[in-house]
Amino acid sequence: MNEGAKKTLKRLLIAVPLMFAFGFALVPLYDVFCEVTGINGKVFQSKNVDKLVIEDGRPIGLQFISTNNENMPWVFKPSEEVMTISTGKYYTATFYVKNTTNKKMTAQAVPSVAPSNAAAHLKKLECFCFEQQVLMPGEEALLPVKLLVSNDLPKNIKNITLSYTIFDITEYEDASMANNEMNHENMDNHGGQY
Amino acid sequence: MSSAVENHHEDHHHGPAKGLTRWLYTTNHKDIGTLYLWFSFAMFLIGGAMAMVIRAELFQPGMQIIEPEFYNQMITLHGLIMIFGGVMPAFVGLANWLVPMMIGAPDMALPRMNNLSFWILPFAFFILLSSLFMEGGAPNFGWTFYAPLSTTYAPPSVTFFIFSVHIMGASSIMGAINIVVTIMNMRAPGVGLMKMPLFVWSWLITAYLLIAVMPVLAAAVTMMLMDIHFGTSFFNAAGGGDPVLFQHIFWFFGHPEVYIMILPAFGIVSHIIETFSRKQLFGYASMVWAMLSIAILSFVVWAHHMFTVGLPLAAELFFMWATMLIAVPTGVKVFNWIATMFRGSITFETPMLFAIAFVVLFTMGGFSGLMLAITPADFQYHDTYFVVAHFHYVLVPGAIFSIMAAVYYWIPKWTGNMYDERLGKLHFWLSFIGVNVTFFPQHFIGLAGMPRRVPDYALQFADWNMVSSVGAFLFGLSQVFFLFIVIKTVMGGKKATAQVWEGARGLEWTVASPAPYHTFTTPPKID
Repeated sequence: MNEGAKKTLKRLLIAVPLMFAFGFALVPLYDVFCEVTGINGKVFQSKNVDKLVIEDGRPIGLQFISTNNENMPWVFKPSEEVMTISTGKYYTATFYVKNTTNKKMTAQAVPSVAPSNAAAHLKKLECFCFEQQVLMPGEEALLPVKLLVSNDLPKNIKNITLSYTIFDITEYEDASMANNEMNHENMDNHGGQY
Repeated sequence: MSSAVENHHEDHHHGPAKGLTRWLYTTNHKDIGTLYLWFSFAMFLIGGAMAMVIRAELFQPGMQIIEPEFYNQMITLHGLIMIFGGVMPAFVGLANWLVPMMIGAPDMALPRMNNLSFWILPFAFFILLSSLFMEGGAPNFGWTFYAPLSTTYAPPSVTFFIFSVHIMGASSIMGAINIVVTIMNMRAPGVGLMKMPLFVWSWLITAYLLIAVMPVLAAAVTMMLMDIHFGTSFFNAAGGGDPVLFQHIFWFFGHPEVYIMILPAFGIVSHIIETFSRKQLFGYASMVWAMLSIAILSFVVWAHHMFTVGLPLAAELFFMWATMLIAVPTGVKVFNWIATMFRGSITFETPMLFAIAFVVLFTMGGFSGLMLAITPADFQYHDTYFVVAHFHYVLVPGAIFSIMAAVYYWIPKWTGNMYDERLGKLHFWLSFIGVNVTFFPQHFIGLAGMPRRVPDYALQFADWNMVSSVGAFLFGLSQVFFLFIVIKTVMGGKKATAQVWEGARGLEWTVASPAPYHTFTTPPKID
């Protein structure tokens, strides 16, 4: 094999693991892309949103949807299905959960916002979805979500749907694994934005 | 390494070794090309048999022959085997046989890796096919293996599927590296880049695509493996992962893969149309640039497979326009093929019939692709039989017709015997009618709303499904006839001359027929 061939071969052999790594790099890239553009309906924990508080907001319909992931036996439903809220004001909504089984279970709720371009304007200060819920057999609870819709919300959006899917994560023994990336520390830096 | 290769050649100075070890230990590009071609033919028949099972079940509404679970396994394996076992190895086999002869090289640059890249393939498909006999059955999540269907809800055999995809990927990557190193470094003096035959150009571009995207596929299945066995949550929403992410990664591989399966076909068809039109190819340089543009564009259109997952409007518009842009270089190619035939002195031997059918039917597949590219229309067509009709039109009378055309065109060079022209033409017409009767009605039932990947369907789709099944049985049987023609040609037939075809040009036609075991051990003189 001549020198030129060896050189070509070396370059290609480097390209292969690089592309393999690129495949994995797509995972964080995807999250960053969704975060920057505010798409995918993902909602992150927000802080320092006091400056968004205004007196003369416009009315918005806020709908809640709850879904049980397959094999999740808990009762899970919003206390109120629809709220009429005003932009620039804090509201707290609650969801009722009950562990209907006779064993201790751990759950994780995953939120989604529709329409997706409303996600960036829905600020959550507290949310049960930022933590795991552990309920004893038969135990029930009211889970709160404290939120504010920014007045920057596009004018054509009159209604926002906030949906939660609740997953049974009891079998994930390792807590860090189920720890939702959404309340990751670096989100604090974007407090003003989200 | 080079000294070892020389010793090897001295041992076999007068030709191939005898017996089975010839094929096991061979480092000869012609032997390995032959192995690849026979392997892909075997896979084509196995994948085809599965298609017959699918069409037999769909012959009538209701469940007649097989269980829905087994139906899902059939469509999954049919797709995987035809893509990774049929079309791709066939093109690699053609590259092995033809690239060194077309550029005046004595062999491939990395002969031992060449042997390895072929011989791991049978193991990959043995593993994949053996999953049919495992508890829980074979993979049943479709060839696109979307997570979490292929992770949380998959049968246990999914792990075997993952390893077989790893092996197929390794084989493809090694084959691609070998082809790039050969083309970039072993061209005979005088064969400049813009003087290379188009089949060589098409494979150079294809090989780069393979090196770029097969590792991404490997990454995707590795993430699946980790989600299934190591408790990660790449695609598991409960753990903060995202199923849509899987689709992005998969189609980042999947769309260039589509062009991996069609670019070599473009090369083949260009040679055949040129030869049987007895004219120089119209627009050589534009053909090369068109293939390069298609290859580059193939990396920025992947989300057109995912219009319905809830992409933002800007993304839907971008992917729609980028997809439509691909029609421009493709249109240039179709124009050039027609311009080559225009006022040519055409004869219609079997390879030419397949090549012309390729141009017509591939273009039709391209047009239905344009329809699917329109985002709002795709919301209607998505996951219907219209999509099935579209990709079978570009793959069967596209990629597979080009492979059959290549076999008829070059088999006199490989075996030294002419195939039987009457049988070849008969095979062409049976295939041509069969493929259209099978897939054309699928456009209608797709537009009428029949979803894909279903073992049973509503009554209003019954008539066209029956027509489609009849066409499929005809097409399937004619491929057994093709096997007979190939075997007959290998066994004997009218002796072929070195040039074989009156209008044939290129270095491979300057060596004797059948091509000697070693060709161009001294570089040819190019004027």
